[in-house]
Amino acid sequence: MVERTPILNFLTHVILFLGFVFCVAPFVIVVIAASHNLKDVNDVPMSLLPGSDFWINIKTAWTTADLGPKLFNSFIMSAGVAAGKVIISALTAFSIVYFRYPGRMLIFWLVFITLMLPLEVRIVPTYAVVANVLSPYQTILDLTGLSWLIEKISGVQVSLSLGLLNSYTGLILPLIATATGTFLYRQFFLTVPDELTEAARMDGAGAVRFFIDILLPLSRNNMAALGTIMFLWAWNQYLWPLLITTDQSHATAVTELKQLIPNVGGIPEWNIAMAGTLIVMLPPLVVVVLMQRWFVRGLIATEK
Amino acid sequence: MASITIRDVYKSYAKMQVVHGVNLDITSGEFVVILGPSGCGKSTLLRMIAGLEEISGGTIAIDGTVVNKLEPRERGCAMVFQNYALYPHMSVAQNIGYSLKVAGVPTAERTQRIQAVARILELEQLLDRKPMALSGGQRQRVAMGRAMIREPKVFLFDEPLSNLDAKLRVQMRSEIRKLHRRLNATSVFVTHDQVEAMTLADRLVVMNGGRVEQVGTPGEIYSLPASRFVATFVGAPAMNMLEGKVVLDGLSLLGGSRRLAVSRAGLPVGTKVAVGIRPEAVRLVAPGTPGALNATVDLVEELGAGRVVYVDLDGAAFSVMTSEAVHPAPGSAVGLQFSEADLHFFSSETGSRLDVFKASVPVPAL
Repeated sequence: MVERTPILNFLTHVILFLGFVFCVAPFVIVVIAASHNLKDVNDVPMSLLPGSDFWINIKTAWTTADLGPKLFNSFIMSAGVAAGKVIISALTAFSIVYFRYPGRMLIFWLVFITLMLPLEVRIVPTYAVVANVLSPYQTILDLTGLSWLIEKISGVQVSLSLGLLNSYTGLILPLIATATGTFLYRQFFLTVPDELTEAARMDGAGAVRFFIDILLPLSRNNMAALGTIMFLWAWNQYLWPLLITTDQSHATAVTELKQLIPNVGGIPEWNIAMAGTLIVMLPPLVVVVLMQRWFVRGLIATEK
Repeated sequence: MASITIRDVYKSYAKMQVVHGVNLDITSGEFVVILGPSGCGKSTLLRMIAGLEEISGGTIAIDGTVVNKLEPRERGCAMVFQNYALYPHMSVAQNIGYSLKVAGVPTAERTQRIQAVARILELEQLLDRKPMALSGGQRQRVAMGRAMIREPKVFLFDEPLSNLDAKLRVQMRSEIRKLHRRLNATSVFVTHDQVEAMTLADRLVVMNGGRVEQVGTPGEIYSLPASRFVATFVGAPAMNMLEGKVVLDGLSLLGGSRRLAVSRAGLPVGTKVAVGIRPEAVRLVAPGTPGALNATVDLVEELGAGRVVYVDLDGAAFSVMTSEAVHPAPGSAVGLQFSEADLHFFSSETGSRLDVFKASVPVPAL
């Protein structure tokens, strides 16, 4: 029901505006706080007029937390997770929707179950696996007595080890394995008309050709959406990077923000902390703005 | 150019059998139309020829090679789909040329062949457009171009005209016909529209309930329907059917209220038959004319070139097609007259044609 009366129009705009203020206010306060000097930022109440130390604070935050390399790490991780996720999800959904094979439903439900087991729930086993990727195989060898056999016969002690701690691979891989993207693609693939699949078969395209030439181009809006969401999600990850990067060289920007937050009894440099937050917030913002243009383009050229 | 041989082909889904032992021979270069109501298995049969549906039993051979286990691309068939099934993200040229691209044909040759096909179908101006920006008829032509470019042995059409408006349908119909004359490729065309079927077909295959009811030229199907189903399905308005019984002096119709003095040679007295007569074979005469059946007019449908008069024959609906300028008022009485040669007899039990009447009519000696 669409009503058009001046009073309602005014009211809806007031509500919209209130919502806007509600959402933007915290950011405004962060920006203002980041522009104050140490004394002004600790005034109660804090002055809502911007100070003049914005660039100095930004610079201090940048050097103190060593944000350059950390932002780079964050970027690698987020881009890796987004790309990996887009590819893996497309492939799994393709398999589930377009192929009939024994165990298909089992695999579907296994993928589904991962929805209920987010990284936080399985963080200990995941850490163990990442610390030594080959440990499950070692366990199998040990339990079956194979390693004992090999040692008896060849005299070589079997000890498999491949650690991924403090590596980009270790940062990225465990974050890729979740089900949300698979379902997004599955729903989309189900809406692709069967005749299109059949036309491709008649044209001689095999499964892989069909996937690359037809399905992927059709789902580029999906990919943009999923990629954006996953980039943001990965960028905001805190627990996992904190856990597996014992070495500073692989720490991410979000975990390093902690360096800027004043300790109890330390100097309350909230202006620096706020400036650092602004910097870390910026890349995801850019990604959203860029990808939004994609969405819009996808919406204009509505297909099917 | 290829012949298609279909032997005892059936198709079942789980426990449901939808096509029951179809046998059909399609000769090289022939245009065959499969006609039937929805759900009669005609599309399934076509898709089995194409390789999109697995064949549950029997064999399909193209050019003597059994293709049951071959992938669609290995069968040399091209198909035009009902909803065109154009790739929405590709331009017209890319759509038409996709099969060549898959086959690894070099770009130069591909462009040249796309151009050639586009010229035949008058699509040259549209090659850079996306399917979204095309009208229904243009999309249909692109779909045909996509099938043509592969120079396939067999063209398969799955109700390709049913999404077009009436005028465009007529136009595309003649274009398909012309195209076939030009390419002379074996074509199988599935439709539920009998006008489409009659106008396009070299040979018509009428299917019902997963079985082939009759195979023949459009003329044969129209004038000698092999079963009651074919008789009522082909022709518009549908053939009139009256239940009757063979009696001593001819036929007793509608439970005995009417009698026809027709020769009953060969049929034993008491045989229950369905008597069919086409609306266009009936003449309207003044009520009470000797030898005519009297009826009451229900409704008159004006067609411009002619009229369909629906009459009531003791509760049975009966239609008469006439090109004469008669406008009987609803409720008025009319007489119906027809000649014995226009009557079709079908068994009441099996529905199959009983030809004894005509066959046994003695040819007058000269």
